[in-house]
Amino acid sequence: MCLGIPMKVVEINDNKALCEQGGTSVEAYLDMLEDVRVGDYILIHAGFAIKKLSEEDASETIRLLNEIMATENL
Amino acid sequence: MKLESKELIEGIKRLSKGKSVNLMEVCGTHTVAIARSGIREILPENVRLISGPGCPVCVTPQEYIDKAIYLSRQKDIIITTFGDLIRVPGTDSSLERERSLGADIRVVYSPAQSIDIAKQNTEKKVVFLAVGFETTIPTITGTLEMALRENIRNLHILCAHKVVPPALEVLAKSPDLNIDGFILPGHVSTIIGIKPYEFLARDHKKACVISGFAPTQILETILLLLNQIHTKQFSVLNQYTGTVDYDGNKRAMSSIKKFLEPVDSVWRGIGTIPSSGLRLRDEFSSFDIEVVVSIPLMKSKEPAGCRCGDVLKGKIYPSDCPLFGRVCTYENPVGACMVSSEGSCAAYYRFANRKNSQ
Amino acid sequence: MSIKEDKILLGHGSGGKLTKILIEELILKYLSCPELEILEDQARLQINSSRIAFTTDSHVVNPIFFKGGNIGDLAVNGTVNDLAVGGAIPLYLSCGFIIEEGFPLSDFERILYTIKSAADKCGVRIVTGDTKVVERGKADKIFINTSGIGIIPEGRDFGAHRIKPGDRIIISGTIADHGTDVLLSRGDIPFQADISSDTAALNSLVEHMISSGLRIHAMRDPTRGGIATTLKEFALSIKKTILVDEEKIPIKSNVKSALDILGLDPLYVACEGRILIFVEGEDAEHLLNHTKRHPDGKGAQIIGTVLEQVGTDVILRTEIGGHRIIDMLPGNQLPRIC
Repeated sequence: MCLGIPMKVVEINDNKALCEQGGTSVEAYLDMLEDVRVGDYILIHAGFAIKKLSEEDASETIRLLNEIMATENL
Repeated sequence: MKLESKELIEGIKRLSKGKSVNLMEVCGTHTVAIARSGIREILPENVRLISGPGCPVCVTPQEYIDKAIYLSRQKDIIITTFGDLIRVPGTDSSLERERSLGADIRVVYSPAQSIDIAKQNTEKKVVFLAVGFETTIPTITGTLEMALRENIRNLHILCAHKVVPPALEVLAKSPDLNIDGFILPGHVSTIIGIKPYEFLARDHKKACVISGFAPTQILETILLLLNQIHTKQFSVLNQYTGTVDYDGNKRAMSSIKKFLEPVDSVWRGIGTIPSSGLRLRDEFSSFDIEVVVSIPLMKSKEPAGCRCGDVLKGKIYPSDCPLFGRVCTYENPVGACMVSSEGSCAAYYRFANRKNSQ
Repeated sequence: MSIKEDKILLGHGSGGKLTKILIEELILKYLSCPELEILEDQARLQINSSRIAFTTDSHVVNPIFFKGGNIGDLAVNGTVNDLAVGGAIPLYLSCGFIIEEGFPLSDFERILYTIKSAADKCGVRIVTGDTKVVERGKADKIFINTSGIGIIPEGRDFGAHRIKPGDRIIISGTIADHGTDVLLSRGDIPFQADISSDTAALNSLVEHMISSGLRIHAMRDPTRGGIATTLKEFALSIKKTILVDEEKIPIKSNVKSALDILGLDPLYVACEGRILIFVEGEDAEHLLNHTKRHPDGKGAQIIGTVLEQVGTDVILRTEIGGHRIIDMLPGNQLPRIC
């Protein structure tokens, strides 16, 4: 029920998007997002798209984690 | 270069050496993810992961279920609900039990399904049990927007929505909890963004990291939290990049503001937290089933001996509750923490390697 | 007695803890006898010089037609499998229909055709049956009960009583296919995926595995409640701890995605064409390779071990090396899955 699932938008009809992930396709309402295009990745929860996903920019986190690990005097 | 679990665990051990650290997570999905991955077992003993009140079903007072049961017994009402409310024990019964006795109670995966049900049953009132935090609230207000557009008059909600930041403040201030840092919710944050948490670092000097749900993401989060505690430089970091950003979802926030307004709310186990709940604004009161139907006062009684409250505050582990595993089990739950699929007691009971945790 | 309810709940039929409690505390109270108390998937009866396996299964799946088959497939395959996993050669089935008034004859014919095809495919014959019709609304389309008998060849003795510490556990293919197909076929979740039930008669696979001569100790086909429930049943029976490796459990990626969306744990979702096999530790790799050579065993994997440790826990080792307990379903997920 409560899991937010990332999926790719493959078709848009009015306020509904057909989304796909790993061979499964789901419909979700787009009413809670603006400017969604085919090809976007969105987070779906309880039948609604609640967030547009962006390229995961983990570089800052990774840099920080590596810095932490490298610190000698722990 | 991304770090492997082994390295992260090494880093956690080194960074926490000589300290006693309490980290609280306040998201039901994190409670389950942590329990499912068996992380507690591989963390050093001095790093304690405490589950907080992150399960909306668990923090909703018994009275709510009693009201829902009362409504379900009315012949002209159809109840629609998320699945995990079905088994929550009310004072005398549960929605599951009422369904077996003939009540029209339908489990839906989306509140929007209530619209079709309302259209197909115009002579009845369809009442959606609106429980949930900010991740879920826009799916209800989105449904109400659709109901307005399509002029649906027989759709209502029984509203018990709550919002997370006020509860975090209570927990941060609590002297007997000693929380050093928060594993902040991943999906609530997609809606509210990062700003609402900043007061925790700034005013209360708590380490804060917004976390994803995969085991390695949680390990990264723990390491980042320990680093803040070690360096005493507190901020709100976002580990869940790509999904959570600073602004959150403004469209969803304005939908929430349109229909709902803050109200003081009772959190099971914690008590009343000011402005921590939401109720329908007056101009939308026709959606509020409590306005449309007169619900008698419920004589709700919390079950004797149940320590859900203390579990929800993180004061005790589930296994410290005298009812846990004996009288209160996943099959025969007494309190909401055991019933809800995201409840701390349920997660503990179902996943914890009980030998190791005793 | 731990039954608290005064009415039957949906959960009593889902194959999990509630079902177990109902059987052990109420049904056995009245119907108990030595053969029944063993509670394997089939009863083994000594009749003169022959050992006969006897089993029964009722099918109430909703919907009756799904992507990978229909209720007729389940009716034949389910009962054949219950016989086969006890080492029996399945021979004859009975078939009882309870049909709702108004059920389309064309649908009934389709199911009959399926039953015949399934029976022919695995070499059993339907030799007796019964048909009842009830008023509209008093049964959901059609319910089918099949009972089956088979002969257990001399020298075969499979069952939980043979399992020992050190035994490895093999699953013959991907999990959760059936339950996911049925759920998606219900139509009340607006979601499509190319997922088909794995319903299949496995007597041929079982014979193939037995023919290897390797030391198979026990077999069971995990159905409702998924592999978690079956593993837990074994653990309770043998009173030893079972360790399972999460990463080794085979699951199709689209099934995993679909279940992620639904918030369901694949370990508890039904299979209908898979076998769990407990085999002597040393023979495990050989049996695995042998099994993979059969068309129904291509996706087989070794997924776990029976430990020395006394207990009744099923422990799952997670992807980061942590552990969690696998318990039985409390009993109310996924009604009418088979």
